[in-house]
Amino acid sequence: MVTLIDTSQEPLIREICDRHQNKPDELLEILHDIQATDGYISDGALKIVADALNISRAEAHGVVSFYHDFRRTAPPQATIKICRAEACQAVGSEELAHYAEATLNTKFGDAAEGADFGLKAVYCLGNCALGPAMMIDETLYGRVTPERFDAVCEDQRTNRRQ
Amino acid sequence: MGGSVKVYVPCDAAALSVGADETAAAIAAAAKKRNIKIDIVRNGSRGMLWLEPLVEVATPDGRIAYGPVRADDVETLFDAGFLSGGDHTLAHGKTEDIAYFANQQRLTFMRCGVIDPLDLSDYEAHGGLAGLRKALTMAPEEIVDAVTASGLRGRGGAGFPAGVKWKTALAAPGAEKYICCNADEGDSGTFADRMLMEGDPFSLLEGMVIAGLAVGAETGFIYIRSEYPHAIRTMRRAVELFSSAGWLSDDITGGGKRFDIHIRVGAGAYICGEESSMLESLEGKRGQVKVKPPIPAISGLFGKPTIVNNVLTLATTPIILAKGAEYYSNFGDGKSRGTQPFQLAGDIARGGLVETAFGVTLRELVETFGGGTRSGIPVRAVQAGGPLGAYIPASGFDVAMTYEAMAADGAMLGHGGVVVFNDSVDMARQARFAMEFCEIESCGKCTPCRIGAVRGKEVIDRIIANESRDQNFEILSDLCGLMTDASLCAMGGLTPMPVQSAIKHFPEDFGG
Ligand SMILES: Cc1cc2nc3c(=O)[nH]c(=O)nc-3n(C[C@H](O)[C@H](O)[C@H](O)COP(=O)(O)O)c2cc1C
Ligand code: SF4
Ligand code: FES
Repeated sequence: MVTLIDTSQEPLIREICDRHQNKPDELLEILHDIQATDGYISDGALKIVADALNISRAEAHGVVSFYHDFRRTAPPQATIKICRAEACQAVGSEELAHYAEATLNTKFGDAAEGADFGLKAVYCLGNCALGPAMMIDETLYGRVTPERFDAVCEDQRTNRRQ
Repeated sequence: MGGSVKVYVPCDAAALSVGADETAAAIAAAAKKRNIKIDIVRNGSRGMLWLEPLVEVATPDGRIAYGPVRADDVETLFDAGFLSGGDHTLAHGKTEDIAYFANQQRLTFMRCGVIDPLDLSDYEAHGGLAGLRKALTMAPEEIVDAVTASGLRGRGGAGFPAGVKWKTALAAPGAEKYICCNADEGDSGTFADRMLMEGDPFSLLEGMVIAGLAVGAETGFIYIRSEYPHAIRTMRRAVELFSSAGWLSDDITGGGKRFDIHIRVGAGAYICGEESSMLESLEGKRGQVKVKPPIPAISGLFGKPTIVNNVLTLATTPIILAKGAEYYSNFGDGKSRGTQPFQLAGDIARGGLVETAFGVTLRELVETFGGGTRSGIPVRAVQAGGPLGAYIPASGFDVAMTYEAMAADGAMLGHGGVVVFNDSVDMARQARFAMEFCEIESCGKCTPCRIGAVRGKEVIDRIIANESRDQNFEILSDLCGLMTDASLCAMGGLTPMPVQSAIKHFPEDFGG
């Protein structure tokens, strides 16, 4: 993909780093903040962070790539995180996962920028007594049947239109 | 106050996941419409998760439970006079008389679901701060001795005696030390840390200050997994409140002691629950596991003596100090002292949190508390102790839930997760998943784990496809041996446990 370095984002990223006193040990917090604002960690952002924290770009990149949370490409409009760990498997999360792929016509992990929905596999959302569980942004859903899944997606679409 | 009835609707993430916010809104709207004054308290969860949203009404006789209450049920509850404890098909009588709850021994979770999680005076009214007040009058050695005498062991999985760890950190030289709370809770089937942080956050903070006083540390970190946004929010707010009340400060209640706590958020890596990986992550690095020694109690965060303890370990220390080591150690069985919050998950009729003394049998948890499967299909297996724990067949359910008895059966207690699978489970698929999970979550530092998991998955695939079975079983067995013996940490070292227990107890699922 194209990796234009958007200089207009620089003040914002610098401000986030400043808020964390440019401390290298706060790198994860900084990356979370950037991702919350931009949706992902762009090459440009990574370069600015490395500079602000006085660490090498390789180091910064190494951290970003280690953690499953951080995205390096622009996100879909919404990411549905479906729990695929054991307790949810025991109540049909794999069937839910396949249903989600089929109805949204997308595979886990490969949603393109701006796509309607992306699917991400996660391993436990701490809702293991009320599985299958899933999460969109910070909203947790339990006992997700295909019907509930459809209803949640429809709600998302409706909210977007408003 | 007077006049307005107190109605409790949990704000616990599990309750929210099945509509607690909608229920609370419907109750508020219905009360308004009827011109009734009520006071809605957003408490934590009582842990009876199959009843969530569990609404409670405070009556002169105690709190009366209704659940699961959906927004649609609210009108009928008002019609039934639930505000004065009226009968209804969703009524369960007094919350504390519900057998599931009444048969527990709630120590660590004594306030969870009872109080308003962010009301410090409610916390204090229910026994909070008594442990810390006591600790402030004690010498560090005395605090450590009390924790040692209580028999409290680490609740994060390894079961290491907390007092021994604290003693090492206390003895370690240096003016700068840290208390790091491990709230990464990555194990499938576990949610006790989350529930406690959302339902009784001050108990964790209190425990951390006590740990600080015990070993001479003045700074604490809580490393919370990013999958827990509700817990993160509650803990952040709790830190602010605890701080403005003077319990986190440069001069705690004027006694000259200081302590401060910072919240840090993980980023979706299971391995960051392993303590050395967590400390690397807290330093802003890749969460790669480090070779021990040195142990963190000697050289941990930023190279300083560091206590790493699980949420439940730390949150249990206040009651130990408040009520005495003996009070706590009187619960339990053998070397497993005190109580363990078990978590019943998967296909289970009454899923939730059961805190009880060690020694309860797995069968009691699954059948008596849990009520068997939710689907009605017979139980086939339980995976205990998270993704690295063993699969146990129904014939093995009489095992006592203690560290020792579980180990003797080739299983582990871990963080207390109990995941129930029904007869339709394919154990070969579960074994394969164990390897796949290890492949996904391996930190990549050592070969037995990084490569072994990939090979393991491939070999199981071949066994499932019925290719050269005997030979592939032998390869798998060698591979498991190698992973067990040569992995640097328990990620690679314990992945063979679910795999081999599945093969041992359910050979019929592996084709042939
Ligand atoms: C792969 C792996 C994952 C772990 N995950 C956690 C975790 O999520 N939470 C936790 O408290 N301990 C976890 N542990 C155990 C920690 O390494 C450590 O023993 C524990 O935090 C110490 O605290 P405790 O003595 O209070 O249990 C994990 C260990 C391994 C090997
Ligand atoms: S066993 Fe796995 S997770 Fe542990 S150090 Fe080795 S590669 Fe990393
Ligand atoms: S296993 Fe799915 S929420 Fe825990």
